[in-house]
Amino acid sequence: MTVYRPIAISALFLFLFAVIGAGLVAFTFDSTAEKIAENERRALLKSLNELIPEQRYDNDIFSDVVYVRNSELLGTSEPVPVYRARKDGWPVAAVLAPVAPDGYSGPIRLLVAVNLDGTLAGVRVVQHRETPGLGDAIEAERSDWILGFNRRSLSDPVAERWKVKRDGGAFDQFTGATITPRAVVKAVKEALLYFRADSHELFEKDPIPAAQQ
Amino acid sequence: MTSYPDIIRDGLWRNNVGLVQLLGLCPLLAVTGTFINGLGLGLATLLTLVASNVTVSLIRSLVRPEVRIPVFVLVIASIVTIIELSMSAFFHELYKVLGIFIPLIVTNCSIIGRAEAFASKNTVGRALTDGLSMGLGFTLVLVALGSLREIIGHGTLFSQAHLMFGEAARSMTLVFVEDYSGFLLAVLPPGAFIGLGLLIAIKNLIDKRLQGKAAEKATVAEPIQAT
Repeated sequence: MTVYRPIAISALFLFLFAVIGAGLVAFTFDSTAEKIAENERRALLKSLNELIPEQRYDNDIFSDVVYVRNSELLGTSEPVPVYRARKDGWPVAAVLAPVAPDGYSGPIRLLVAVNLDGTLAGVRVVQHRETPGLGDAIEAERSDWILGFNRRSLSDPVAERWKVKRDGGAFDQFTGATITPRAVVKAVKEALLYFRADSHELFEKDPIPAAQQ
Repeated sequence: MTSYPDIIRDGLWRNNVGLVQLLGLCPLLAVTGTFINGLGLGLATLLTLVASNVTVSLIRSLVRPEVRIPVFVLVIASIVTIIELSMSAFFHELYKVLGIFIPLIVTNCSIIGRAEAFASKNTVGRALTDGLSMGLGFTLVLVALGSLREIIGHGTLFSQAHLMFGEAARSMTLVFVEDYSGFLLAVLPPGAFIGLGLLIAIKNLIDKRLQGKAAEKATVAEPIQAT
C-alpha cells in the first residue's frame, strides 16, 4: 500500500492540474468566442464590401449565404459558401469562395464576386502560401494584377483566351512566376462557368446560417 | 544564487535564447520576414515565458519531481492557448499573419527549458525577472532579424504596423528605396539562416572585443601593482 501512495498522490496532483488548466482555457474560450466570431465576420464583410460596394445592396449579405458543392469547378470537395447581394429583394451579385487547388505551394483561396449579368465585380485572394516577392503579387495589397479581372466575363475575353499570356491567353503572368497566376485565372474562369450554369438556382435557395454548416 | 543583475545580463546577452542557446529556432527563422511579425511573436513569447515562469515557480514546492514535466507542459499549453484566443480576439489581423506560429510557442524549447532549469528552483521574483529578460532577449533577436530581412528584402521598415498599433500606424512605414524590386533571398528561409548567422557572428565579435579590452586592462594594471 505504501508503495502506491506517492504514485496516487502524484496522479491526483496531475489530474488537478489538468482540470484547472482545462477550466482556464474553457473560460477564456467562452469569454472570447463572441469577439473572435465578430472579428472574423468583420474581416469577411470588409473584403466582401471591397468587391461589392455597400450602396449596391441592402440585404444582410453575411447571413444571406448558401453552401454549394462542386469539386470540378470550385476546386474543393468541401462546401463552398456563396454570399448573395440583393437590392429591394432583387438579386444583384453573388460572391463565391472557390479554391485554386494548383497554386505553386498549395491551394489558393479566393473570393470571386459575379454580377447578375455574368461580369466580374472583382476577385480577391483570401489565403495563399505563394512565394513572397514572386507569387504574392496576386494580393491586392501588393500589385494591381488582381484588379485586371474587374468587369471581365466569359465572353470578354472569349473562353480560349482565359489563360495567362504565356499560354496564349489574355492575362499577364509575373516575371519568375507563371504557375500562380495560371492557377488563379483558371479558378476564376471555372467559378464563372459554375455561376453561369447555376445562377438562377443560386439566388432561389433559402439561406443557411453559417452555424448549421 | 544568481543575483538579479546577473539574471538580466544572462537573458539579454550572455545566455540569450536566440543567439547563444539557439532555442526556438523554428519560429525565430520562420516568422521574421518583417519587423512587425518579429515583434508580435516576440511579445507573445515574452508573455508566455513570464506567465509560465511565475506559475512554475509558485507551484514548485507542490509538484513532485516524477510528474513535474507533464505539469510544466500542461501549464505552458494552457497559457499559450489562452494567449492565442486573446490574440485572436484583440489583434485579429496580426493573429492571421502569425497564424500557426502562436500554437508553436508551446513547442518552443526555451519555455520548458526555463521552467525546468530556472523557475522550478527559484523564487517567484527571480523567475519573473528571468522570464522577462529571457523573453526580452528573444524579442530583441526576432526584431533585429525581422528588421534586417525587411530592409534588405523589401526595402521598407515597419510595414503593416497597423496590424499591431491600429490604423494610425499605417503611416509609420519607412521606405528606404523607392520602387525596390526586392531581394528574394532575404525574404525566403535561407535569408533567415544567413541573417541569424550574421547576428551570432556580430555578438561573438563584440564579446571578443570586450574580452580583449578586459585583458588589456589587466595587463596594464599589473605593472602598476608591481611598483
